[in-house]
Amino acid sequence: MTQTQTTTENDSWDLIITARKKWWDLQLRDVWHYRDLIGMFVRRDFVSRYKQTILGPLWFIIQPLLTSLVFTVIFGNIAQLPTDGLPQMLFYMSGNILWGYFSSCLTSTSTTFTSNAHLFGKVYFPRLVMPISIVISNLITFAIQFAFFLAYFAFFALRGSDVRLTSWAFALPILLVLMAGLGLGFGIIISSMTTKYRDLQYLVGFGVGLWMYATPVIYPVSSIPEKWRWVANVNPVTPIIETFRAAFLGAGDASWPRLAYSFGFMLVVLLIGVVIFNRVEKTFIDTV
Amino acid sequence: MTKPVISVEHLTKQYDLGVIGTGTISRDLNRWWARVRKQPDPYTRIGQKDAFERIGETILALDDVSFTVQQGEALGIIGRNGAGKSTLLKILSRVTAPTSGVVKVKGRIGSLLEVGTGFHPELTGRENVYLNGAILGMKKEEVTRKFDEIVDFSGVEKFIDTPVKRYSSGMYVRLAFAVAAHLDPEILIVDEVLAVGDAEFQKKCLGKMGDVATEGRTVLFVSHNMAAVEQLCQNGILLQDGRVTKASTIENVVNEYLKKIPVRGQDVLPHSVIFQNNEISDDIHVTSVEIEDLSGKPKNLVFTWDDVVLSIKYYSNRTIKNGSLVIKISDHFGKSLILLSSQPDSKIPMTIKEGFGEGKCIIRNIPLTGGDYIFGCGLAVPNREWLWWNENLGTFSIEAKDVFESGLAPKNTRSLIAVPHDWKLIP
Repeated sequence: MTQTQTTTENDSWDLIITARKKWWDLQLRDVWHYRDLIGMFVRRDFVSRYKQTILGPLWFIIQPLLTSLVFTVIFGNIAQLPTDGLPQMLFYMSGNILWGYFSSCLTSTSTTFTSNAHLFGKVYFPRLVMPISIVISNLITFAIQFAFFLAYFAFFALRGSDVRLTSWAFALPILLVLMAGLGLGFGIIISSMTTKYRDLQYLVGFGVGLWMYATPVIYPVSSIPEKWRWVANVNPVTPIIETFRAAFLGAGDASWPRLAYSFGFMLVVLLIGVVIFNRVEKTFIDTV
Repeated sequence: MTKPVISVEHLTKQYDLGVIGTGTISRDLNRWWARVRKQPDPYTRIGQKDAFERIGETILALDDVSFTVQQGEALGIIGRNGAGKSTLLKILSRVTAPTSGVVKVKGRIGSLLEVGTGFHPELTGRENVYLNGAILGMKKEEVTRKFDEIVDFSGVEKFIDTPVKRYSSGMYVRLAFAVAAHLDPEILIVDEVLAVGDAEFQKKCLGKMGDVATEGRTVLFVSHNMAAVEQLCQNGILLQDGRVTKASTIENVVNEYLKKIPVRGQDVLPHSVIFQNNEISDDIHVTSVEIEDLSGKPKNLVFTWDDVVLSIKYYSNRTIKNGSLVIKISDHFGKSLILLSSQPDSKIPMTIKEGFGEGKCIIRNIPLTGGDYIFGCGLAVPNREWLWWNENLGTFSIEAKDVFESGLAPKNTRSLIAVPHDWKLIP
């Protein structure tokens, strides 16, 4: 296979299909061209998820509410873990909805190839459209949960609890980008690696569960013994959750350098992910 | 004026046999361990060729395929199963990448390897039109612009806001094809999706495809339906074992395709030969059966209601008076459809002489519909004994033809026999 066609020869063709493409050709322009499709997939996910349920989108709220309740009982009342002096319910809920967004992005994008093999086997569109649409439709879920969280927050604030909004709240869009980017990056790496071997898929399920315990979701960073602090520092999700708590509850370990570290981490993961993903998408249908 | 819009250069696609993983690392490790101990592959199915023996073996689904397609050309791609048609379409529609070689394309490609790809049962017809349109590469406003036309074409206006899971399968397919038909790409790639829907809708589909071809857009069409291919395309390429063996006008290519059927490995017999046996034993037996037309020329292509002559050659080591030739045509389940004899049916006395002989059975307007049939024949002494008989001598195919001019060429999946008839209806 020769890669040495002269440019003048190639100019007049709109599309050239070859065995390999250069790894730095990320085809993001192609993804942009299919943005309407992303919108359609998001709509499809949202509409189809709660069709034929009585409570409908209420399920978006019930889930984190119940989980937070369980956490409050088990970790707050029985295990008596500290919460930086914040109301337990709010503390756990903030961790839950953030972690929920990250983990749902990761787990649902990690099956992009295997669960869409039928569709991908019949028609071409940039495969990245699929995981991107998943991340966006999860964002809608998060938005609903966040609105509920704010209502709950207002309820506590009016009752005079020691919670307050800080200027870190303006960092929320950055936090969302970080969450989405990390979830997407890890998800598509796993997805690309599971076209041939499915083992990794089983790992994802409990791996994400374990990761949650290594992240300050049910405990604040301040409660971690100095010896183990480095785990929280290495974990790129830690600064996101801590910043969120600093923003909306007024207690948390937020700092720009930490966020910058997460951002750098996300960029690397995302780049590796997109490169591997683009490499695999060309022929995965032969091995899936 | 000729302007190439697709240029395929030395396209090769190689698939590995036997080496593709079993799906999990642990199973592959098991295989590896078995291999180290020189044990057979634990995941090979019984009776299958041991996958270890096939490691390193590859199959070339496409082998150095080159051709160009001009603007406005309707190109038919034909070939038997496994010839590489689907692989070629998959590469052209970018579902998979080639192993080597280049494809250059000018203009937007729309490929229909299946209708209704990505339809979601929970969504309404309207939502699915938008979703499917987007999957096929249409912009939202493009779908909006054509929406009424699409719905009109599909004929499901009344149910457009009903979830498609409540649709009948016919409605579903009609809506799906309607979206695809309004894709308006510069190059349309179609894989035998026409075999869907009822007769009226099929006619509509073929008409739409014809429109596309006459509008100066380029069509690549893959089908087993020779009648449809001939109707739709001007040029064709014939694929055989991953190679282009003929590229010419569609008539030439279809004839080439029908002329050759591979028999037992590498032998290639003309399509008109149902049976041939070159070994002569010293008893009575049939040596060959060939389909001819009324003038005695070999007939490679038999359509429903064609006149055919079945020429049966035989050998006998003795002379038998009052003999008879018998033929039997069965469907592929072996159910007898036609049984004809020179005696007693046709009351022609026949003496089988020592040596070689030949008998011809003339069937006018053969009533069989499109499909494959089993041919059997033999020699007998009527009402007394079979001298030789094989009811499974060979197979032949009838090409579907639209004998009723309904837009639907009858095939044996629908009915085995097509009988000339009239209707008289009292209102």
